Amino acid sequence: MTDLGSNIIGIEEDRVTNTHSNDFPAYSQSIGSGWDLEAFKKKFQLNVSFITERTANFDLIGLDTSIANAYRRIMISEVPSVAIEYVYIFNNTSVIQDEVLSHRLGLVPLKVDPDLLTWVDQSADEKDKFTDENTIVLTLNVTCTKNPNATKGDNRPENLYRNSNVYARDLKFEPQGRQLETFKDHPVVPCDPDILLAKLRPGQEISLRAHCILGIGSDHAKFSPVATASYRLMPQINILQPITGQDALKFQECFPSGVIGINEKGEAFVKDPRKDTVSREVLRHERFKGKVTLGRVRDHFIYNVESTGAMTPEEIFFKSVRILRNKAEYIRNCPIGNVN
Amino acid sequence: MGRIDVEMKDADEAFDDLLEPVYKGKSLTDPIDTAKDKWNLLPAFLKVKGLVKQHLDSYNFFVDVDLRKIVKANQLVLSDVDPSFYLKYLDIRVGYKSNGDPKRPEVLLPPHECRLRDLTYSAPIYVDVEYTRGKKIIIHRDLEIGRMPIMLRSNKCILNGRTEKEMAYLNECPLDPGGYFIVNGTEKVILVQEQLSKNRIIVESDGKKGIVQASVTSSTHERKSKTYVISKNGKIFLKHNSISEEVPIVIVLKAAGIVSDLEILQLVCGDDSVYQDIFSVNFEEASKLGIFTQREALEYIGRKVKTVRRMNSPKLTILQEGTEAIATTIVAHLTVEDLDFREKALYIATMTRRVVMTMHNPKLIDDRDYAGNKRLELAGQLLSLLFEDLFKKFNNDFKANLDKILKKPSRASEFDALLHINIHSNNVTAGLNRAISTGNWSLKRFKMERAGVTHVLSRLSYIAALGMMTRISSQFEKSRKVSGPRALQPSQFGMLCPADTPEGEACGLVKNLALMTHITTDNEEAPIRKLCYLLGAEDISLADSATIHTNGTFGVYLNGTMIGTTRYPIEFVRKFRHLRRRGKVSAFVSIHTNVHQSAVHIAADGGRICRPLIIVENGKSRVKAGHLRKLKNDEWRFDDFLSHGLVEYLDVNEENDSLIALYEEDIVPATTHIEIEPFTILGAVAGLIPYPHHNQSPRNTYQCAMGKQAIGAIGYNQFRRIDTLLYLLCYPEQPMVKTKTIELVKYDQLPAGHNATVAVMSYSGYDIEDALILNKASIDRGFGRCQVLRKNTSVLKRYPNHTKDIVSGMRVDKEGKPIFQHAALGQDGLAEVGSPIQSGQMYINKCVPSNAMESVVGGPQQNNRNQPQEQQQDHEQQFREAPMVYRGPEKSYVDQVMMTVGDNDQALIKVLLRQTRRPELGDKFSSRHGQKGVCGMIVKQEDMPFSDQGISPDIIMNPHGFPSRMTVGKMMELVSGKAGVLRGTLEYGTCFGGSDLDDMSKVLVEKGFNYGGKDMLYSGTTGEALQAYIFFGPIYYQKLKHMVLDKMHARARGPRAVLTRQPTEGRSRDGGLRLGEMERDCVIAYGASQLLLERLMLSSDAFDVDICQGCGLMGYNGWCPMCKSSENIVKMTIPYAAKLLFQELISMNIAPRLKLSDVF
Repeated sequence: MTDLGSNIIGIEEDRVTNTHSNDFPAYSQSIGSGWDLEAFKKKFQLNVSFITERTANFDLIGLDTSIANAYRRIMISEVPSVAIEYVYIFNNTSVIQDEVLSHRLGLVPLKVDPDLLTWVDQSADEKDKFTDENTIVLTLNVTCTKNPNATKGDNRPENLYRNSNVYARDLKFEPQGRQLETFKDHPVVPCDPDILLAKLRPGQEISLRAHCILGIGSDHAKFSPVATASYRLMPQINILQPITGQDALKFQECFPSGVIGINEKGEAFVKDPRKDTVSREVLRHERFKGKVTLGRVRDHFIYNVESTGAMTPEEIFFKSVRILRNKAEYIRNCPIGNVN
Repeated sequence: MGRIDVEMKDADEAFDDLLEPVYKGKSLTDPIDTAKDKWNLLPAFLKVKGLVKQHLDSYNFFVDVDLRKIVKANQLVLSDVDPSFYLKYLDIRVGYKSNGDPKRPEVLLPPHECRLRDLTYSAPIYVDVEYTRGKKIIIHRDLEIGRMPIMLRSNKCILNGRTEKEMAYLNECPLDPGGYFIVNGTEKVILVQEQLSKNRIIVESDGKKGIVQASVTSSTHERKSKTYVISKNGKIFLKHNSISEEVPIVIVLKAAGIVSDLEILQLVCGDDSVYQDIFSVNFEEASKLGIFTQREALEYIGRKVKTVRRMNSPKLTILQEGTEAIATTIVAHLTVEDLDFREKALYIATMTRRVVMTMHNPKLIDDRDYAGNKRLELAGQLLSLLFEDLFKKFNNDFKANLDKILKKPSRASEFDALLHINIHSNNVTAGLNRAISTGNWSLKRFKMERAGVTHVLSRLSYIAALGMMTRISSQFEKSRKVSGPRALQPSQFGMLCPADTPEGEACGLVKNLALMTHITTDNEEAPIRKLCYLLGAEDISLADSATIHTNGTFGVYLNGTMIGTTRYPIEFVRKFRHLRRRGKVSAFVSIHTNVHQSAVHIAADGGRICRPLIIVENGKSRVKAGHLRKLKNDEWRFDDFLSHGLVEYLDVNEENDSLIALYEEDIVPATTHIEIEPFTILGAVAGLIPYPHHNQSPRNTYQCAMGKQAIGAIGYNQFRRIDTLLYLLCYPEQPMVKTKTIELVKYDQLPAGHNATVAVMSYSGYDIEDALILNKASIDRGFGRCQVLRKNTSVLKRYPNHTKDIVSGMRVDKEGKPIFQHAALGQDGLAEVGSPIQSGQMYINKCVPSNAMESVVGGPQQNNRNQPQEQQQDHEQQFREAPMVYRGPEKSYVDQVMMTVGDNDQALIKVLLRQTRRPELGDKFSSRHGQKGVCGMIVKQEDMPFSDQGISPDIIMNPHGFPSRMTVGKMMELVSGKAGVLRGTLEYGTCFGGSDLDDMSKVLVEKGFNYGGKDMLYSGTTGEALQAYIFFGPIYYQKLKHMVLDKMHARARGPRAVLTRQPTEGRSRDGGLRLGEMERDCVIAYGASQLLLERLMLSSDAFDVDICQGCGLMGYNGWCPMCKSSENIVKMTIPYAAKLLFQELISMNIAPRLKLSDVF
């Protein structure tokens, strides 16, 4: 039985122990800060390992699982983003059916700042529903023709035909009304221009108009601004007895490279537990029995947020914080919450 | 000598190969491991033969060989009236004329056009005839007597030998196996029929009655009959349907010319005293009846013959009757020439001998279920039976017609028979078409009446179509509860798939061919007979009766008939096999020794199952690395292996004569053959299962049934097809863990399923009883998304009075918009491609003339013949709308609209409607291990558990599915799949092979995962780590065709049956949901009487009746017609069914009288 107050999750060969979080009020007299702001401030850390345009990897240390998970959930499903929702097909003679093409279009991530759009009023009249404030219009007009300058002997369709492949980059932004102004500097384009939408052959054409609106991931996955947003817990490796010689090499092999180092004495030491993938390989071997315990730090969350491209990953995270705060605000102001 | 030559040559070639440093891009260092690479023979085999070779071979044999034989057997048409007239068929051809090339048949309508236009894919049958016109003999070539349906991909089909590009031009899928027919636009398969072998002696015994019987079913082109030699109370008789009584065997043998008792004893018992003791009692029977000579015996039999004489044939004497019975009816497959009965006598003696042997040793009975005693009847044989029947009828009709005309004394012009032959030509065409399209094979000659011979080719998935082509149906009754024919026979090993059989009543009766099985076609007997004599067999007709059954003498049997004897059977068989391996005898002729019967059996008949094996000589496989290299370099094909004597076909009987090693290390000195590849014991459908050898066997059987229901890709031409019902998957994926079979049958090019990431854990309780939890985000992204295409056909009919159906246009409302019902229509009254169509909207605005049924003559129109314009106007007003309206719970889109002209010059309109469906609650999914489940809940991605990498599963499967099902293969698929994903490779789960689990675990560890495939997951709802490690990885999941949308049904009010006024039954009729007996019992037990009353009467068929308390019968309108009064009438409510019952009873003179009183 692990210590109740311990914030280390036990990684055993066949089970995970001590998984429950306890950093919330009234869990115990002695354990946790019970949402004491000062204690939290002292404990909390944010370390950023790297941020690129599409990916952010950062650690949040010292907060309760429920909060950490809330950010993850909100990033996946509640941070709004823009995607194609309505497709008006004028002509589609390709092999791909209208519904499937529309579905594919919907999943194309668009480079649009969602803050520039307002929500579509679903209760509004069909006529007034879409305005230049809430809708972006994209068109796709592609006709496949034979390539008159095709090189002989090259039978690849890219050579024989023009527009044999329809890519996301063929979606053209049509600014409406004031959008000429608002989107002047950053016109709407797909985040990944090379997404294949359909294949055509001479004589086939696609002609359509698509309305992109604001939505959230819980409505449809296409509105989710992240590809993945998740966290893992910080691995912890405790070497109980010194492991030396051949065993040390073997021990090193049980972990991904860089996790275990061997010092000049030939003794294995934990170099970088962050790199461990917790494969538990070490627990399989009889010779390490009792010499090592594995664990994970329950309040050390290593976040990995991959954006689909519309927003930077840190922006997505900040939005999730904002949304969580708004929710808390709402509950605080809620009549039910104010009974006493 | 010859073989040495070949070997020398091979050695030379192999040596030459070795001298070259780089051989066709392969250096010497590239090892060719015969043990591992010999499986390459399998794709080579399939390349030559294809997956449905048995159907194609059989059909080709029929069209090229059998057809000629049939015509030759019926070549003369004579007239009873004019003796100088004759017509003789010289030749018959299908698909090409006398000056044409048999390899390049005439251009037919492409098969796909036939499918779309509801036509029959057929080619003309041409005959060359020679006949007399007056005094002249005239030869007429290329007379078309009908059209023959063409089997797709046969050598008469235009698809034969086409490249992929040409196939695309013809709108055909290059992966389509062919082997079926297109009749009236539907694809029809003639299933392989399994039967007990014909013209072979089968010995059976009935233990209770002490009966031993040898029977033979004789089957020739002319007749079919069954002859028994049966032992009763120790005495042996001959039994035949056309002989009224059982005839003592000695009398039969005497009638067949073996008069001497000694000779009979020699032929039946040889010199074995035990057999002589058993048989001797039979001589008494004959002497008691005073029959000693052949004449007496023939007369005895003649008296017992049931005579069915035709009208005009002359009456025969008793002796003639007896002679004819022996000559033609008994053991009818042996033909008697010049009344020489010796061959037949020997045959009957052999049958008798087998009975005697079995009486002595009951173990010698034959096994009916043994695969070597079975013959498979294929499309070619069935068609040949049918064609012969039709051809005979055709000739008879022609002859009757001739006679009718020739009878007339004077003719204006010279009689030309050809003018009368074409009249009936439709009979052949229509007969063939009808039989194939209905599946009713009715042949008058054999009194054969078989239904359900053909089936519509299932196009549910590619595998379903493929599975249908390898299916074998048995002639046994499905209802009989016998286990024997259903059991898996050891002799089926390698020939029939052990896993692929349906569950339920047809279990074990419907089988499937294994991957390398071949079915033989008929071979000529005469050359083989000659060869036997050359190899030292003594001709039976010259042999002394005394020597035939002496010890050490082996009979040589060809197709079940003894043709000779040999004293050196081992040498004889060895030489024969040697010649076969050299290609001097057809590869499909089998030879084996039966020591119990002291017999060498040679089989050259069609319908035997056989399979190729590698020959082993002197403990070494004959296939060497050099040969395999040649195969790899495309120098050799499979047939080269056959012709060089490296590989040979063995049928079931010959397999029993061989010692076949599974692997090279199993070879012992006595080994004769080695398997090409062990996984070929499975069929095409069972071959899809990864690691099937780790599964509990019924699970593989379940998967075989379910693989055929999986939605996926059908063929490359799937979007060009207009089928009644077509299910397609939007994003099919090839499986991560495939098998060699998958590659061979090209399932990876037409797959049916997704590689779903599966977490084996419980979640929420909505996953009990095999239910699955699906990830909503996965569904959003296209997981399990499928399309359902449904065909709707309409024919614009023409009527006898020159009116016809029309399509009228679209109607608009005041604003110029089409009215609701016409929203999907275009200007032409047909639905427009791409438009959505709601329930209640029409897709063809068809109008039927209201006077369609009026006759052409006599109507009022006849009077206005001189006023055509007015009539025209009348016409326009006289149309009644008969639109095709779409009904369905969900809207559809118009996918295709086709308008064409069918067979009978009537316009044919086909509208294909499409629905795209995303998985929903209740849709059925299954893995490839017989583990089906319905979707129990759809969970949002954020609620799904996730791993360190942030992966959340597509499917959560409850772990309770594993312990009782024991589908270890599924777990191995997960581990291999996971390793493959991490490594970027496709892994193999081939039966008896595949990726090694230890290797896969090693890959997992290398990539930082747990060796067992279990990951630590975090709960999606709380964010905490789960307390157990979760088995997590990709498993190939199939979406099955059973979808909730097609099954959902509810009813409050609705239609009622006319007779009983109760709600109708079934979803299709919008029926009620029945409160059945058991439910009723519950309500009774609970005591809810008012509920009972409501459910059973008020909500069903309540009816108010007037009951007369005077007479107890029913009246009406407050009046009793019996009592002629309205005094005692009482109104009450009873079920209409009860009222109906009373009236029916009254109609049968039973008066049910109702006595009413108060209950409380």
